[in-house]
Amino acid sequence: MIEILTSAAFNTIQDLGRRGARRFGVSTSGAMDPIALAGGNALLGNDDNAAGIEIQTFPFRLRFQADAAFALTGADHISTLTGSPVGSWWCRRARAGDILAIETPRRGARVYATVGGGLDVPSVLGSRSTHLRAGFGGLEGRTLQAGDVIPVGRPLCEAGRRVDFGAAPPDVAIAGAGSAEDRVLRIRLMRAGEYDLFPEAVQARFWSTTWKISARSDRGGYRLAGDKLTLDAPVEMRSHGVVPGVVQVPPGGEPIIQMSDANTAGGYPKMAAVIQADLWRLGQATPGSFITFSEVSYQDAVAAMAPVNDYLARLRATADLYRAL
Amino acid sequence: MLVEAPGEFDLIQQGRIWALADALSSWPNVQEAVIGVTNVMLIFDQPPSDIGMLSASIVELWHRVPGRRADGKVIEIPVVYGGELGFDLPAVVEHTGLSARDIIRIHSEGDYTVCAVASSPGFGYLHGLDPRIHMPRKSVPSLNIRAGSVTIGGMQTGVAALTSPNGWNAIGWASVAMFDPWREQPSLMLPGDRVKFRIDRIEL
Repeated sequence: MIEILTSAAFNTIQDLGRRGARRFGVSTSGAMDPIALAGGNALLGNDDNAAGIEIQTFPFRLRFQADAAFALTGADHISTLTGSPVGSWWCRRARAGDILAIETPRRGARVYATVGGGLDVPSVLGSRSTHLRAGFGGLEGRTLQAGDVIPVGRPLCEAGRRVDFGAAPPDVAIAGAGSAEDRVLRIRLMRAGEYDLFPEAVQARFWSTTWKISARSDRGGYRLAGDKLTLDAPVEMRSHGVVPGVVQVPPGGEPIIQMSDANTAGGYPKMAAVIQADLWRLGQATPGSFITFSEVSYQDAVAAMAPVNDYLARLRATADLYRAL
Repeated sequence: MLVEAPGEFDLIQQGRIWALADALSSWPNVQEAVIGVTNVMLIFDQPPSDIGMLSASIVELWHRVPGRRADGKVIEIPVVYGGELGFDLPAVVEHTGLSARDIIRIHSEGDYTVCAVASSPGFGYLHGLDPRIHMPRKSVPSLNIRAGSVTIGGMQTGVAALTSPNGWNAIGWASVAMFDPWREQPSLMLPGDRVKFRIDRIEL
């Protein structure tokens, strides 16, 4: 069991998301940075999809009520285990009574705390992810608060095996869109269904603008400020399925990128969609930070997943090997 | 991938969409076929390698799939019309020029079909609202539309599944659980079901 000592708003339990329930109107939820969650689980020898804590408001403190291996991944942060520093993308063993304190990241938005065996909350519609709006999944369907006690599953790896090692974070290890110059995040997108409805000048502006992620951004979606994307004539779309990464343009012209907690359906015209290989990078972008877009083809978007999958596979293989030494 | 039916929104096209979604659900690599209003979105386990060929196969299927009728269950929903939770009823009176009782009568006599379940857990898009009581969505959403609120948005009516901000107009309230994640069938409404609103009480 782990006990939450301090938690500001909106920290939740997440796994890789709820698949197959969209037809009931249930959004996927799931970690905003799935690479970090899967990476933390790989360090511990957990299943990729084991549930962890997504921490997006700081400081966050928890106490281990029993000995456990844990990992911290995601944003670049400083934290301490009963006073001794724990790095980002690192796993350690905690003793019963140890207190883990996680401070505001230096870079990035979300830290993932995973535990050997995963968090053992009930699986609802095939996932342990918190669905905040509907109030189910995670811990009673809500954000974590001080005093919460969360059960931990049985570790797949034997106790006593080697812990206390780390991995290169994916923004360093994966080539490609990478962390860019001027602290502007470069994100790759594909055109979406209604792209051609926008005048050419507006399309050009979409790609050339440096967009600011507005303060009114959350797990549901990122609102972008920088320019207005206006149609010649308003378009009324029939309600249709949307997925995280889709860039919708409401009548006001301020684009919204749908994220993990986005509704399953929308009615606004879609300009483009963030490719899956870059969604996790976006999940680490903080409100107030800047992003630019570049266009890729469908084939390039599919191919871009290979380095991401390779990274996770290498991380898991190395961690398994190291643990067995 | 989003597959859209051509032409107007009617129950015949929607019935073909239901049938198409049923058929596509069992295709290899299709994780889920999500029904929308005259469209269906496909979620794949792996990105398909040849989009062009896949699209052609879907179009071919579209032309030969027999449409499904609205042959689901009939759901009866008792509504408390007006009152505290139907606070937009006066606005509908003003917009339509009808009396509150006429609006309630027209709404409760309607025969509605669930076209799609989307946007929030268990929320059904209903077809069949009488044009006399169409009512534009609000430009500024009401902050707290209670779960169970019976609403009108444009040419559609529905029952709010969650308590949340909502741009539709609340005309009443029903004490029906639209969604329960622990039920084997979590969503009360499914595409192809029919809905009857019954007057439980009128509070004017």
